Amino acid sequence: MNGELLISICVAAIASGTSILLPALGEILAERSGVLNLGVEGMMLMGALFGYIADVETGNLGLALAVAILAGALLALIHAFVTITLRANQIVSGLAISLFGGGFTAFIGKPFVGSVAPAQLERIPLPGLAGIPVLGQVLFTQDPIVYGSFVLVPLMAYFIYRTRPGLSLRAVGESPATADAMGLSVISRRYLYTLAGGALAGVGGAYLSLFYTPTWIDGMTAGRGWIAVGLVVFGVWDPWRAMAGAYLFGFVDGFQLRAQALGSGIPQFFLNMLPYIFTIVVVAIASGERVQKRLGVPTALGQPYWREERT
Amino acid sequence: MIVSLERRANLTLTRRIGIQAGSVIAGALFGGLIVWLSGYDPVKAYGEIIGGSFGSGYALGQMLAASIPLATIALGTAVAFRVRVWNIGGEGQFYMGAFGATGIELVGGPAGWPSQVLIPAMVAAGFAAGAAWAALPGALRAYLGVNEIITTLMMNYIAILWVNYLVYGPWKDPQGHNFPFSPRFPDNATLRPLGLGQLHAGIVIPIVAAIVFLLLLSRTQWGYELRILGENPSAAAYAGISIRRNVMLAMLVSGGMAGIAGMVQVSGIVHVLSGQISTNYGYTAIIVAWLGQLHPMAILVVSMLFGALVNGGFAVSQAGIPQALGVLLQGVILLFALGAGDLFSRYRLVLGQAPGKKRAPLLPDDRSALSAQP
Amino acid sequence: MSPHPATGHLPGTALAMVGIDKHFGEVLANASVDFSARWGEVHALLGENGAGKSTLMSILAGLYRPDNGQLLVDGQPVVLHSPKDAIKHGIGMVYQHYRLVPSQTVTENMLLGLPGAPLRLDTRRAARDIEELSERYQLRVDPYRPVWQLSVGEQQRVEILKALHRGARILILDEPTAVLTPQEADALMRTIRHIASEGRTVIFISHKLEEVRSVADRVTVLRAGRLVGSGLDMAEMSARDLARLMVGTDLPGRIRPRPRASGAPRLTLRRLCALDDRGLQALRSVDLTIHAGEIVGVAGVAGNGQRELAQVLTGMRKPASGQVFLDDIDVTGAGARQMALAGVAHIPEDRLGEGLVGNLPLLDSALMKSYYQPPISSGPFLNLKSAVQFTRGLIARFNVAGATPRTIARLLSGGQLQRFLLAREMSMQPRAIVAVHPTRGLDVAATHTVQEWLMSCSGEGCALLLISEDLDELLQLSDRVAVLYEGSIVAAVDREEADRERIGLMMIGSYQPDQVAV
Repeated sequence: MNGELLISICVAAIASGTSILLPALGEILAERSGVLNLGVEGMMLMGALFGYIADVETGNLGLALAVAILAGALLALIHAFVTITLRANQIVSGLAISLFGGGFTAFIGKPFVGSVAPAQLERIPLPGLAGIPVLGQVLFTQDPIVYGSFVLVPLMAYFIYRTRPGLSLRAVGESPATADAMGLSVISRRYLYTLAGGALAGVGGAYLSLFYTPTWIDGMTAGRGWIAVGLVVFGVWDPWRAMAGAYLFGFVDGFQLRAQALGSGIPQFFLNMLPYIFTIVVVAIASGERVQKRLGVPTALGQPYWREERT
Repeated sequence: MIVSLERRANLTLTRRIGIQAGSVIAGALFGGLIVWLSGYDPVKAYGEIIGGSFGSGYALGQMLAASIPLATIALGTAVAFRVRVWNIGGEGQFYMGAFGATGIELVGGPAGWPSQVLIPAMVAAGFAAGAAWAALPGALRAYLGVNEIITTLMMNYIAILWVNYLVYGPWKDPQGHNFPFSPRFPDNATLRPLGLGQLHAGIVIPIVAAIVFLLLLSRTQWGYELRILGENPSAAAYAGISIRRNVMLAMLVSGGMAGIAGMVQVSGIVHVLSGQISTNYGYTAIIVAWLGQLHPMAILVVSMLFGALVNGGFAVSQAGIPQALGVLLQGVILLFALGAGDLFSRYRLVLGQAPGKKRAPLLPDDRSALSAQP
Repeated sequence: MSPHPATGHLPGTALAMVGIDKHFGEVLANASVDFSARWGEVHALLGENGAGKSTLMSILAGLYRPDNGQLLVDGQPVVLHSPKDAIKHGIGMVYQHYRLVPSQTVTENMLLGLPGAPLRLDTRRAARDIEELSERYQLRVDPYRPVWQLSVGEQQRVEILKALHRGARILILDEPTAVLTPQEADALMRTIRHIASEGRTVIFISHKLEEVRSVADRVTVLRAGRLVGSGLDMAEMSARDLARLMVGTDLPGRIRPRPRASGAPRLTLRRLCALDDRGLQALRSVDLTIHAGEIVGVAGVAGNGQRELAQVLTGMRKPASGQVFLDDIDVTGAGARQMALAGVAHIPEDRLGEGLVGNLPLLDSALMKSYYQPPISSGPFLNLKSAVQFTRGLIARFNVAGATPRTIARLLSGGQLQRFLLAREMSMQPRAIVAVHPTRGLDVAATHTVQEWLMSCSGEGCALLLISEDLDELLQLSDRVAVLYEGSIVAAVDREEADRERIGLMMIGSYQPDQVAV
């Protein structure tokens, strides 16, 4: 495999990785507040489809992204309501949402299958930086959303670890009773961050339908939403590690696509399996109990919050 | 006036079912409202849904046929969920079960094995394949504490890719005009049709399984262990109940049941192996199990409800109502049942002061944490 | 009258609670209680478990709303909707269960929810503030350490600093010395006096006579939710007066001394080492022998290995090295099932959480140690009839009033649950019993019943290892008292030679025994 191919895989790695980095970042926020959101897949599909439709109808990319955000957030609102206010089982609710999102988008999207998005995201080479050998191509000749994610990751890390609202967020996920006792509203924070998670998932989905494979196909997320959830566990709820994992996934994905072109003789289906196998391995390594105990794990994750006092 | 939630003492099953039924009806009403606001006739819509499942022998048969895979997978999934083993891999285990059954069929079908031998062999293969597919995530969870939600999910995609590989490649029907199907199952490998729509003999499987599970759960030592483990893992450890063993067993049983469902589907309805034998049965079955309060008999009933909804989706479009609205209806009913049903089964709304219980009111109940620690 | 230099308060009434009623369901927690405290005083709130002290103070701290009654702070009526309101009025409470986020540092915990602080977390400045405060009040903590690494005593200091940091003028402490060594408790009392001398009010809840006498200016006594003594001047109250108010009658005399048993060794530990959940060393080379018919009490501040000791002896934790013998049989590393079958009974710390299953009928809890053996088991099945019979037998034998096999466990009271648990464990005819905090949370009557039963078991030849945080209980019941400090047995002294001072020193590792005879 020569250098050209390697570079082109890396370029694709960033793009592919971004499509799961965004929902992963959203999921980090939701899970750090204590809400397990398994509806990411459905929210991504909603964002992908409705962003796409907005693009087709108006040709306005900005509007399309805004619609994608709304679509993801709307589905997240339902999940938030069912799990936070009604205290239903978070796993089952998330699954129901994903199922629902999948089925719903399948039907609504029928007329749009296979057509091409009129207004698409374009790669924008950054002046000066794009000229750097290797790195310039890989990092600085990407689309605006990727650049946005370059900024979002450090921003989110700073937010979580160095600001007051970030401290409150961590407290709510790690010890909601304490946070409540200190006067922080657990409920409103969980709503906020779950919605944020849905919004980011929506953007991640729209990234697929407006850039990565600029069309709509039923189920086009192909499990990326689930991989994003796995990434959050792998990254131990940390934005930087999630980024590393996302690009690693992207690399495997990009490799798998091009390996076919290399005529490796391995049937395509097995290559397609690689990203999923990779995720299993990665999650297996990171799920070790010992790893989790030392770090700040949102220990209240998945449990509905009951305020025991205040009767 | 204070409105507060007070924990209920454990309700009888009938009470819980009643609450669940009430939530479904509430959801249906709300959904009907949406239909009406969209300019369509809700009464007609629901009429079509009901008619699509009970309106004729054919309709009834279709509804029951649709409920078979759901019930079978859900019965297994419920066992796992009882001990908080979140096996989300029913879909993949279903496919693997179909794969295993097809493997046996390809040997015994053309070779003319009598169906009394072939069919049970296929069932066994389906169970084994599904259980084996669940074994890896199960072992990872039991021995390394690895989160089974992610691993079983990923295995789903791998399983579907595997089956696709087979039907596009080595197992493709040479007489099939290049379609990605296996050769059609001969009669000795087919579950006998029962004359009502697509209903077939496979219906005995979920019924028998439900009875077996009911007995197992209430009258055996294993069922006792599941009960204790599901209720309180610390008490289970105290009593010397092996958490590892039970986690593995739960995964194997739920995987095996999903595998049997896969076998039943290819042998009873589809009659070929392909990459399209399931419309999210595995995931839907999870919802079915949950709404059935993880109880075998209730699961049978809920499966029929879902079978009706699936059929109803088609029927609804006959009435001139767009299918998307049908999906929306299903979603609304589902979320209502989930949210309200779950909540009110465990707690009740109390106005003013809560009389009765000696104990302090609220206790966090749901311990369904992402962390796989038992 | 001049205002106090530090706080600006005029001497006078800091707060008053008038006519407080509070119900929880059918339970009457407070009935027409009046309470008031002055600025600059240390006021103790005395009463047994369940007298209503915590409830009353929780109302003051804004956690609960009273059904009836009024609150006044500094003469002004106030309505407190939340702990936040209480803090605004200068009322801060330190609970028995600390409100700290374990994975976060002391500084981060101090900053949590602090009103008016800037967006950016200024940990350095906050850390300096903390150091200043901790100097001033002699409450030493390292601001940069994560809370999970702190001892319980240090965590308590953090809680107090938190309250002071937020400007608490009225500080409420709920059973503060429950988990402290005698020396730490003394230090706390000094801190309390210091805080009060600045003109602040310190209210502390206790059920320990000695500690109240050592530091309080005035005392209020509650019994069964009602006021039985209001704002009494400590100088004029004798121990007997207070005791009488607290329990209604004189305290029973000490339990009669038992003759020391000289049976054969029943449970032997040799150079036992074990790790805790975090992988850190919890037991270091423990040597201990408990003879048949003997009661060995284990004292020590929580967190020094008691939990791990009980777990190893009952098969719930595998030792890292060393040996465990039951009679002459090596049972090292045996699991919970095997230890139970070998005859080791376990009265766990957490009744409902471990020893019984709260949400299920008593029947299920009864079978926990016998479901795999005949007559309850038959093949892979359960013989339900004999199971029900067995459960009925347990209920009857230990007189668990009002219970049936179908009763859901968590509806029973602590005393009933402990009786049922004991009945079940005794039904196994144990050769050894490991009892961890067996009378925790029980009222006086239930406590006596449990203690009587434990003693009668040892009378029948059982070896009993009693782990308890109640030093009095240990001194009353044990033949020997062993002290665990940082995973090692510091000493095991005969009861006749044991006194509180010496044991307290052992508990902090300051004691140098001439000879450790275990």
